[in-house]
Amino acid sequence: MIKTKFNYDYYLRKNTLPHIWCPGCGDGIILKALLRAIHKCGYSKDEVVITSGIGCASRLPGYVDFNTIHTTHGRALTFAIGMKMYKPKLKVITISGDGDALAIGGNHFIHAARRNIDMTLIVFNNYTYGMTGGQYSPTQPLDSFATTTPFGSIEPPFDVCNLAQAAGATWVGRSTSYHAVQLEKFMVDALNHTGFSVLDVITNCHISYGRRNKMKSPVEMIKYQKEKAVPARSAENMSPEELAGRFKTGILFEAKDRPEFCGEYHKKLELLKTK
Amino acid sequence: MSKNIKLMQGNEAVAEGAVIAGCDFFAGYPITPSSEVAEILSSKLPKIGKVFLQMEDEIAAMGAILGAALGGAKTITATSGPGMSLKQENIGYASMCEIPCVIVNVMRGGPSTGLPTLPAQGDVMQAKWGTHGDHAVIAITPSSVNESLYETIRAFNLAIKYRTPVVILTDEIIGHMREKVVIPDKSEVEVIDVKLPDVPPEKYNPYNYTSGKVTPLAPMGEGYRYHVTGLIHGETGFPSQKTDIIQNAQNWLIDKIYKNIKDIEKFEEFQTDDADILIVAYGSTSRSARQAISMARAAGIKVGMFRPITIWPFPDEQISNLSKKIKKILVVEMNMGQVILEVQRTACGSKVYGLHIVNGEPITPDNILAKIKEVSEN
Repeated sequence: MIKTKFNYDYYLRKNTLPHIWCPGCGDGIILKALLRAIHKCGYSKDEVVITSGIGCASRLPGYVDFNTIHTTHGRALTFAIGMKMYKPKLKVITISGDGDALAIGGNHFIHAARRNIDMTLIVFNNYTYGMTGGQYSPTQPLDSFATTTPFGSIEPPFDVCNLAQAAGATWVGRSTSYHAVQLEKFMVDALNHTGFSVLDVITNCHISYGRRNKMKSPVEMIKYQKEKAVPARSAENMSPEELAGRFKTGILFEAKDRPEFCGEYHKKLELLKTK
Repeated sequence: MSKNIKLMQGNEAVAEGAVIAGCDFFAGYPITPSSEVAEILSSKLPKIGKVFLQMEDEIAAMGAILGAALGGAKTITATSGPGMSLKQENIGYASMCEIPCVIVNVMRGGPSTGLPTLPAQGDVMQAKWGTHGDHAVIAITPSSVNESLYETIRAFNLAIKYRTPVVILTDEIIGHMREKVVIPDKSEVEVIDVKLPDVPPEKYNPYNYTSGKVTPLAPMGEGYRYHVTGLIHGETGFPSQKTDIIQNAQNWLIDKIYKNIKDIEKFEEFQTDDADILIVAYGSTSRSARQAISMARAAGIKVGMFRPITIWPFPDEQISNLSKKIKKILVVEMNMGQVILEVQRTACGSKVYGLHIVNGEPITPDNILAKIKEVSEN
């Protein structure tokens, strides 16, 4: 599949750099993993479409040389579905933050999963609305602090992966911006999966989240990712108490036997043709 | 050749028009009184290999048609008041990113849930100003089932030509009534197709603010890789905060419509030559007005009508010219006073009267005749 030697420069729109992300932000690590993964999958630049919503993570498409659509807040999956259904041969990837994907875009998230449409959603999950200054997001841990939870959060967070699986996604995984090699591997797997794949990537926003939660440097946040990540297999032998405050990583769910929406639709069109 | 004549509903005519215009993609969400557009296209489009999608909400439907349009599809969605309110965010995105699409709003009573099964014309200003920020929009108000079909074809053409959302404002009456329609053969109507740009990918800019020409939107996936963002962007498509780029972009969104108004405008003048009173009415209301005019003329009052078919951009020039010779203008509309504001703005020297009935019933010829008599005696 791999035709040429991998080179970041080939995929970057260098005239749009420097990026807007803060020094030490995890988003750049995820971007680089994504470029390596796309290269490994052997996709041409012309066949890749990346949609995103609004927020720090959603600025990613501007920096990469594919067909890129920076859409409205929470709506990236809806544009992606339109594109995929009209041009099924294209490889459609959606980049979204936790607020974008699960708060304002929550409805689109569960319905894309329910349809099991063949595309990949990568959630840059930093527990916060970084771009607007650190308000609490639907994945922010209980009792943690944000500009809008000055007395600690009392809202239970979503588990992105459980939600995706329950809603019907057929490939669900989690990694972190610390586990850069694993991250790339999971991305390749998610991209190669036929159906709706959701990759939850725990990443660091030390500026908006960490600094209010005793992790003011990127190093502390990276350590958090390293220490709190529990490989799914190890988690099987751990008690709920031991798992408290930690998160599972790995390919958490995969189903290959479920009908994929775009393919099913176009199969139906073929049937109608022969009638 | 024998004519293909059918009895059909306004919503069906919109669906029929969309198919003739080469519609590739519909996404929508059920809402009265527009649902028939979706129901009919859910059967028609798959049969010709095209895409029909019922989305999880109105916002998603709007997003899906824009995604498909960026892939080069001719797209349409249909909705009514509450759904139109939800779509506004992505309608703004379509304006900003210059993505062609057609949005049908079968108007019902509002605000909020309002009157789901009864007519109104309360969304005319929303069609223009519903989304935030400065932009221009094209909106069309058909007044018959037959016109719904032909105006839908025109809406697709205008959307592609000017890379803009085009709103078709029908109302519950037009959407649900049945009338004779002459269905044209594709060869009998002008259909503008999506084209690849006439420059190679390396020379392609998705926007052009200064040449006065609308750059074709390259379908994604055909070798023209570019960036689309709802942020203010330069001609390359990438975000910019440079003052000159911002101003050029803002000017362009309005200029591309208003500088081409002669191509976009469409209206009907009815018995205006000798009129002492001019009625301005559109959509289903213009039908009652037409009847009221013959009743008034039988009673010796000379009344004519100006009927905008393209309602946005507003026909300033025509109203202004008519107001020079007709000194009384009566605006009749099923809202509390929307188009009357535009008529007051553009009519110089005429006295402008309004008849605004919003009670869930159509405005009748008798209602209008009574008002004509009052205006005539004033």
